[in-house]
Order: sequence, then C-alpha cells, then structure tokens
Amino acid sequence: MKRIVYSEWRMPSERYWGLLGILAAVVGLGGLAALHMEHNGHWVTGMSNAVVWGMPHIFAVMLILSASGALNIATIGTVFGKGAYKPLGRLSGLLASALLVGGLLILVLDLGRPDRLLVAITHYNFRSIFAWNIYLYTGFMVIVIAYLWSMADRMGGPFVKPIGIFAMVWRLALTAGTGSIFGFLVARQAFDTAFLAPMFVVMSFAYGLAIMLLVLMFTFDQEGRPLGHKLRGRLMNLLGTFVAGVLFLTVIYYLTKVYGAKNYELVSWVLFDGGIYSFMFWFGWILMGSLVPLGIIYHPVLSQDRNWIVAACALVILGGMASLYVIIIGSQAFPLQMFPGHTIIESGFFDGVNGEAASYWPTIPEVLLGLGGVGVAMLITAVGVRVLQFLPESLADADVLPDDLGHAAPELAGT
Amino acid sequence: MKHQEAPLDPSLGSPPDPTLNAGPDQSRRAFLGIAAGATAAVVAPAFVLQAQAVGNPRAERVSDAHRWGLLVDTNRCVDGCRACVDACDQENGLDLQRKQPDQSEAEWDTQKAVWLRKVKLQDNLTGRVSNLPMMCQHCEHPPCVDVCPTGASFKRADGIVMVDRHTCIGCRYCMMACPYKARSFIHEVVEDQLTRVPRGKGCVESCNLCVSRRDQGLDSTACADACTALGHRAILFGDLKDPASAISQALRTMPSRQIREDLDLNTGVRYAGV
Repeated sequence: MKRIVYSEWRMPSERYWGLLGILAAVVGLGGLAALHMEHNGHWVTGMSNAVVWGMPHIFAVMLILSASGALNIATIGTVFGKGAYKPLGRLSGLLASALLVGGLLILVLDLGRPDRLLVAITHYNFRSIFAWNIYLYTGFMVIVIAYLWSMADRMGGPFVKPIGIFAMVWRLALTAGTGSIFGFLVARQAFDTAFLAPMFVVMSFAYGLAIMLLVLMFTFDQEGRPLGHKLRGRLMNLLGTFVAGVLFLTVIYYLTKVYGAKNYELVSWVLFDGGIYSFMFWFGWILMGSLVPLGIIYHPVLSQDRNWIVAACALVILGGMASLYVIIIGSQAFPLQMFPGHTIIESGFFDGVNGEAASYWPTIPEVLLGLGGVGVAMLITAVGVRVLQFLPESLADADVLPDDLGHAAPELAGT
Repeated sequence: MKHQEAPLDPSLGSPPDPTLNAGPDQSRRAFLGIAAGATAAVVAPAFVLQAQAVGNPRAERVSDAHRWGLLVDTNRCVDGCRACVDACDQENGLDLQRKQPDQSEAEWDTQKAVWLRKVKLQDNLTGRVSNLPMMCQHCEHPPCVDVCPTGASFKRADGIVMVDRHTCIGCRYCMMACPYKARSFIHEVVEDQLTRVPRGKGCVESCNLCVSRRDQGLDSTACADACTALGHRAILFGDLKDPASAISQALRTMPSRQIREDLDLNTGVRYAGV
C-alpha cells in the first residue's frame, strides 16, 4: 500500500489553454444569452404562463442534484471509511462546489429580475421551501469548503469525519429540499407527493457519480495518471446500483400515481399520449438513461472498455436530463385539474381545452444559458485541479485498494 | 520676551466692548424671526396634508373587518360574452399590452398577461355546458403566498391576495403553486401602463379585486360592474364578513362551491351552478 500523493493537473499547456478557451466561450455564450433574456424579457424564451419553468431549470436542477451526488464519493471515503475512495475526496468536494455554483448561476440569471438578487438575500419567507433551499445551497458551499480544508490540510485530520458526517446530512437535506420544491406543490397532480424528495436524493447519487467518473477519466487520461480497473469497476458498480435505484423509484412513483382514479389521465398521458414527453420518458429516461447504461455496466466485456464506460456515464446524464424534462416540464404542460368530471371546451387562457397539454419548445437562449452553467462548473473544476492539489498522482489498484486481508487503507498526504 | 494674554474679565482691566451697552442685538432677533417663519412655512403644509389625509381610505390601515370576495352565478354567465374580461383589461391597463414584433401570435397568446378569462365547461356525464369567469380565487390559505421566497406574494388583511412588485424577483414559483393558473408573468418590456396599476417586466401579477378601488372606498370591481351593466348580474362583489351584504345574503340562499374544494383553501371567490 503506497502513500497517496496529490499534485496539480499537469496537462500540456497548449491543450489546457485550449480547454479553458472552449469553456470560456461556452460561459460567454451563456452570459450573452442571459443578457438577451434580461434585456428583452422572457418572451424570447419558450416559457409561458403555462410552462413557467423551462430548459434553464432542467440544467439548474441537474447541476444542483449532481453537486450533492458528486460529494457522495467523499462521504463514502470519510464517513463510511472505505479507504479506496478516500483519494477521490478532494476532487469530489471540488466538483460538488463547482456544480452547485453553475446550477445556482443559471437559476439566478433566469429570474425575471436578476438585478433583485439582493432582495432575495434580504427578504425571506420562511414558509417557503424555496427560501429554505437558499439556506441549504449557501450552507452547502460553506460546508464543502470546510470539508475540503479538513481533507487537504495537515491540521484538518481530526475534523474530517465530523465535517464529513455533517456534510452528508446537509446534502441529503439539500437534495430532499430540491425534490420538495416540486413535491410540495399541491396544485399539480404530477407533483404533490413527498416521494419526489427521496427520488431526487437517489437521482443525485447517480448523476453526480456519472459526472465525477467522466471528469476523473478525462483528467487522468490527459496526463497519463493510472486509474485502476478494479477501482473503476467498483465505481461503475456503484453507478449501476444508483441507476437501478432510480429506475425502481420511477416504477413506484408511477404505480402510486396510477392507483388513484384521479391520476389515470395524467399517467396515461405521460406514458402514451404525451408526445415529446412520452418519448422522453421511454426513450430518454427508461431506455437510454437506465436500461442501456445498466446493460453496459453489468456486461462482462463492455464494462471493461473505457469508451463504453464513458458512453454509459454520458447516457446516465442525458437520461437524467430527459427524466427532469418529464418531471419538471411535463408536469406543468399537463393541464391543471380544476373541474374533475368536466371537459373544458373553450378557454381564454389555454386551460387544457379538450385535455390538450400546454406547448413548450426550448429556445436557443435557454439552452445556451443552461450550457453556460455547465461551462462555469467545468471551468471552476479545470482551474481548481490545475492550481491546487486535488488529483491523486495514482489511482492504480495496487496503490489504493486494500490488500487481500481487506483492512489496509491508503495513507493520505499532500505533496 | 514673555507673551501676556489679555484677562477675560472686563473688571480685571480689559478694554470695554463697545457693543455691550448698545442694547439688544436686533440682527439676531430678525434672524430668529425669519427662521421661525421659514420653518412654519415648510412644516405647515405637511400638517395640512396629513389632516386632509385622515379620513381618506388610502391612508387607513387595511382592516380584517372585511373580507372581499366574489360570487359567480354560472347560470347567468352568458356564452360568448366577454364584457368582464374587457373591463378587467381596461381597468388594469392590460389592453395596453402589445405583441412584440418578432413574437408569433401563438407565443403572444400564451405569454401575455391575463388576469381574468372566460372558461366554458361540459359535464362529462350529462353534457351540460357552463360558462364562468376564472381569476385569482383570493384564498384564505393561498399556496402562492406560502411558496414565495421573498414574501412578495402576500395576502392583505381584507383577504385580497396580490404581489408586491418591489420585492418580486420573478422566480415564478407562485405560478407553479397556483391551482387556478391565475397568475401571469410579464414577459416583455412594459411600454404603457396606468398610474393606478404599475406593471413591470419580470414580475408576476394577477387579479387583485381592483384593489385601487378598495383604496378609494369604492364598492365594486370592474368585472362585476360590466356584467351588471349588461343586465347579466352573474358576478357579485362584496364583503363576505358583512352578513347584510348582498353577497353574503346570496351565498346563504344559493348553493355554491369553491373550485378545488379538495385543497381546502377557503377561497374568496365562490361559484354557483357548476
């Protein structure tokens, strides 16, 4: 068992600056999109008075969930004492904070009045789950920074576990709170369930780990740092477990919904008659986002191939986007059930005439704003690993995995 | 050479001050007089205005002695009539909204602000058709108020639910939470508006029971007035807490219901005949 040494990411300069340039361009386009929306108003987006949260919110929720999930690896290493994951703790913390910043930026820049951020900071309605989440998000940043310090500083050793436990509880609250932003909405049939809180927690585990794996493989490959097959296999098994968990909760979610007669139409619409939403559900969420990645992860040959692993992780993320598209946008597009037992045959405000769902198509500024948030998260990560010692020199199996007796853990140190 | 200071006490030998024996300082008195006059001139109008304001409904605190509401008799609501909608639009300056040059008609229809709309329903079993106006239901327990992160969405003591446009950050969470699709987001730059109904891009808004009329002590809403003027009398506005009010009396004699009664929001808008 070797001593774990961390060092800055020493990717060749020209490639590194090229990467930064690409990320900066993505961030710049996102910024321009935000300015365009702020200057003209939201009529330049596909969002309307029926579908009030659109593509930016899909990106934002994906990043926020992934932030919590990315920290999961640090938790497994420090709280549950799995030594093989400890060397990944620093990267896990950096990614968590970077992804959260990206997600929050999208949310703030999508506001109708982003200039009133100060109002949001100084006026709180404590009955609002949204206001609770503002505390959960800002608190998360502070805790992750403390966590990183405890993992990276020689003085921090005794604090790693207590901070790790606190961070774990906090992020579970954060993802449960994010799910509850939707779950607390009694007005809409597809929301209105506490079930969304645990579902978002498990989703966060899957999406955060998929992003972490992609970042890990990319950074290590670029510099030729060894990443052990056994360790990678363990991470992939973990990803498989989380993806299967999301799939299980998805089945339960729709089964509980369809059990009540009042939701027959909703479930039938999502599963069969919802057009783009049914497509997103079956093709995006279930097939490409769950079954295909599971097939790759548990396939004896494909699971050993780097390219297939990358594909599995990317599919989990894209499938996650599809699931959030169905959950967040589909649930708004489905008409509000104001008059059970009646059909609305005319309306001056598109109240689901003859059961028709509201239409929504994302526009380019919305997508660019979302991608800008992803760019910010990746930019912070790229700069972070370059200037600070976040990446272990080696994750070769011999260096990080316990021996056959199964009790040795790597010793951690900075360089 | 040592410097010697002049003694302060005149009795100790200092030269006499020629002004001491010249009587009172007239210039100082004049100054004080002018200052007092100027102060009175500045302050007095404020007292006068304050005195005038007392007794003006706009200066009184909103009281929970009233709870304003509407009763809609759907049997009287005429198919195809949109007098209430037009009146609401004119009262609140919504008729001043303009489609953006590059905006499609379909987008405009879903993105413009609508505070009041007509809805036509058909009973799935019996086929009976009803018409009714839908607007903010002014709930006693409004979900939009619960979820608003900044408290911009609020309920007045007299039951009117509205948005503080100074603290609305445009997050639209209230629109997600409203069971009635009663709220609109201002998607475009507002170029024309009425003084009594300030509007602005990026904020959420909805029916406020013509709140400026409440503040002027007027006892009606634009939609109810328009409906009555046509003789339909399908919309009745009044004080739900006043047992003698027409709305309270009508509610006592006529079966009525709340929309989404299952949510137990105790709405201020009630419907009969549906």
